[in-house]
Amino acid sequence: MIRRFFHWLIAPIDASLFALTLILLILSVIAQASAAPHMLVAQFSNIAVALVVMRIAAQLPPQRLMEWALPIYLVGVLLLVAVALFGDVSKGARRWLNLGFMRVQPSELMKIAMPMMLAWYFQKHEALLGFKQFLIAALLLAVPVALIAKQPDLGTAILVFAAGFFVLFFAGLPWKVIIGSLLAAAFIAPFAWHWLHDYQRNRILTLLDPEKDPLGKGFHIIQSTIAIGSGGVLGKGWREGTQAQLEFIPERHTDFIFAVWSEEFGLLGNLVLLVLFALLIARGLAIASGAANLFSRLLAGSLTLVLFTYAFVNMGMVSGILPVVGVPLPFISYGGTALVTLCLAVGILMSIQKNRMLVQK
Amino acid sequence: MELSSTQESLERFRRRLMVAGGFVLVAFLILAARFFWLQVLQYEHFRTRAEDNRISLLPIPPTRGLILDRHGEVLAHNYSAYTLEITPSQVDDLEGTIDRLSEFITIEARDRRRFRRLMEDAKRFESLPLKTRLSDEEVAKFIARRYRFPGVEIKARLFRQYPKGELASHALGYLGRIAERDLARIEEANQSANYRGAEHFGKAGLEQSYEFELHGVAGYEKVEVDAGGRAVRVLSRTPPIAGNNLTLTLDAKLQEIAERAFGDRRGALVAIEPDTGGILALVSKPTFDPNLFVDGIGAADWQALNESPDKPLVNRALTGAYPPGSTFKPFMALAALHYGKRRPEQAILDPGYFVFGNHVFRDDKKGGHGLVDMYKSIVVSCDTYYYVLANDLGIDNIASFMSMFGFGAKTGVDIEGEVEGVLPSQAWKKKRFRKPEQQKWYAGETVSIAIGQGYNAYTPMQLALATATLANDGVMFRPHLVRYVTDTRTGERRYIEPNPIKKLPIKQEHLDVIKRAMVGVNKEGTGARAFAGAPYTVAGKTGTAQVFSYKGAEHKTETMSAHLRDHALYIAFAPVEKPKIALAVLVENGGFGAQAAAPIARQVLDYYLLGKWPSGAAPTDEDAEESSP
Repeated sequence: MIRRFFHWLIAPIDASLFALTLILLILSVIAQASAAPHMLVAQFSNIAVALVVMRIAAQLPPQRLMEWALPIYLVGVLLLVAVALFGDVSKGARRWLNLGFMRVQPSELMKIAMPMMLAWYFQKHEALLGFKQFLIAALLLAVPVALIAKQPDLGTAILVFAAGFFVLFFAGLPWKVIIGSLLAAAFIAPFAWHWLHDYQRNRILTLLDPEKDPLGKGFHIIQSTIAIGSGGVLGKGWREGTQAQLEFIPERHTDFIFAVWSEEFGLLGNLVLLVLFALLIARGLAIASGAANLFSRLLAGSLTLVLFTYAFVNMGMVSGILPVVGVPLPFISYGGTALVTLCLAVGILMSIQKNRMLVQK
Repeated sequence: MELSSTQESLERFRRRLMVAGGFVLVAFLILAARFFWLQVLQYEHFRTRAEDNRISLLPIPPTRGLILDRHGEVLAHNYSAYTLEITPSQVDDLEGTIDRLSEFITIEARDRRRFRRLMEDAKRFESLPLKTRLSDEEVAKFIARRYRFPGVEIKARLFRQYPKGELASHALGYLGRIAERDLARIEEANQSANYRGAEHFGKAGLEQSYEFELHGVAGYEKVEVDAGGRAVRVLSRTPPIAGNNLTLTLDAKLQEIAERAFGDRRGALVAIEPDTGGILALVSKPTFDPNLFVDGIGAADWQALNESPDKPLVNRALTGAYPPGSTFKPFMALAALHYGKRRPEQAILDPGYFVFGNHVFRDDKKGGHGLVDMYKSIVVSCDTYYYVLANDLGIDNIASFMSMFGFGAKTGVDIEGEVEGVLPSQAWKKKRFRKPEQQKWYAGETVSIAIGQGYNAYTPMQLALATATLANDGVMFRPHLVRYVTDTRTGERRYIEPNPIKKLPIKQEHLDVIKRAMVGVNKEGTGARAFAGAPYTVAGKTGTAQVFSYKGAEHKTETMSAHLRDHALYIAFAPVEKPKIALAVLVENGGFGAQAAAPIARQVLDYYLLGKWPSGAAPTDEDAEESSP
């Protein structure tokens, strides 16, 4: 009986994805125990919820996801519109929708809904993929991204945009369009400067010269780079990081947890983390490569690269080569929402891997 | 067809996967390179910065050195008191916080005003005293409520205290909070590190001139701090070294008697030990209470001190320049002997006036003093004798002789702010005035100079130094208030200049003539009444300096407005055989020197030489206990 349950339980689980995720979660617990030991219990329950979500997602056949793609996307966009109209303001941004019994952040949902929707759209028009399809896909992407950027939530907007863009990229968006867009973006950037909020401009300015305002906006970046640099090759040891333990690192159990990790475990710890993420991404790309249909391929590829985007943007910002945007370090940062989203993505990858044979045979 | 298209799309997808994989690899390599740069190549830099973050050196201000009188009596010391301090940058609603504090701690309007003023010139993160000297009860009350007052704390601080109040305030000076000007001095003295955490700085008197002796060496506490700047634990501690103690030449009792002798009158007195230059008493009246300045003087007190017409903050002994009047005469007579212009026995017949050109110079005795030789000219203070002498000597001889005695030059006393005064000469006048007709020296002007009037203007300190030098047979010592500095670390005493700075080239026989005449002043002359029955030999000279020139017209002291009355002066030294004390007294608008200034000198000399308390002025309580059987 128990044995049967166990077999059922692990049946849809991809061993390597699960192992990598689990190792990262263990590292998360280690880092959290140093950065915010009092939050450890809460993080354990977050992890439990996230793993349940992962298992459920692994069970869902891609067919089902395809059916749900459009409704979920529409609900997501509607919720974003609702946020824009009736959302709660917190810390100067309108991100939350109060449903009476709970507060939801629809933008988080879009991180998964967006690639699902576009993958479904390309699957539907697989036979005749042309310029028109890419244009419509781009529009489908632009609406929620614009709504999220307007909240303003630059970090999530970037991630949702990335998720959608990766689908377009894997669907075969012509290189000349990609390169052309990049050039156009470079051209528009100075104008875009005017559309940014003051706090967003400041973040970019801070990145360019953090020492200009060492006690103000530059404080985060300066202190996190000091933490990383002073970690050296081997680190100062678990719970021995002075920058972390004396609270010089801001947001040290959430967005800046990497600085804590880096200070206490040094270059070696960073490389371990990079290798784990790289393996996870490699596994995700491999799953995408062997996926059954276009929808699965695009979704798997996109979700994998979203994972990468999370990791790269977070480590880049904490180490001072990217502006500060609110992107957590996947699996390591404290926080239930991001963790559930990430585990949902991993679960979907597992499902895609599980169902790769069905059509091919 | 469709199959091949699917196949082709799959191929393309896989190519794109490769590209994506490559992109991921490159991105991760960039991150790895960044980590390598930060953690390997820049490791030392960041390690240092992390240490700097973590470790903070908290200065521990040293205890300020004591100031003691020549007998070890404490004139300035420190006491520890609890102060209620607020760090404005950590408090949102400052007024509200102070209001809530005032519910259980008495905070006066004066405290609030001072706090507001401190805030104006304070650095952002400094904690500032709101109320000093909390009572034990107030401390207990605050401790019980401290959680309600973030950014407010109680600190034990040392405060300067002057136990004798106003006594010798012009010699001691006072402390104030470090100002911009003081910072420049600190920097100049290369003491910036030593003044970290320090709050006070000497603003006047000895507190100012011996600031760097008194201050001591700051200690440090090496503490680990968190990002909020709160100390987490102490790593090491270097204790501060207390400032050096000053032992003065000043005699507090003598000072007290001298100050009391002035009563409510304005003026100055400087008493010097002739054979050392040590200042025994330095009086400038009115005085002020230096304790008022300790924790920031209140606006009302400051205004009262600053705007009083009596100018209590002005140190008259050093910064007031007055014509010496007839106290100049002994020096004039000495000059006459020195330059061979007079012999002691050479006499004139004084008709009571002297005509020079078309100007009549009057003696203050109508009808004159009759036959006047040098001795008598000093004893009765005969002006005519000196009117005649003036142009026999000539202004430049007078100037060069007087400059030997230190007239018209800073004495070099160890307090700042001394003025030079005016020693008139042809060169001086040329420099002083711009118009050519004003620049010329007129022989008539020399006549006034000879009796200590005219352009003559000297500080009481200069007059005392000249008197001391005369008493000491021409051997001059730099006047000083500090006898020795006791090094706190070694206990070693550093004496301040007990060596003479110069010996004047004046013949002893000449000095003896003058001294004998000055003794005569107190026996049979202008000082005889004040010194009637003095059991010691004392040389003196009275002086009355005109504040205002009346062009030879007679004037009556009683009828004149107080601020136009003559200044009364007196110089003296005793005992004549071996002088232990020389002094100069000035009573502003006191009238005749013999009446106003000489009695003050008598009281001072009586105490110093006989240990006798002046009648009327009861000894202080502790003295009464000491002397009672």
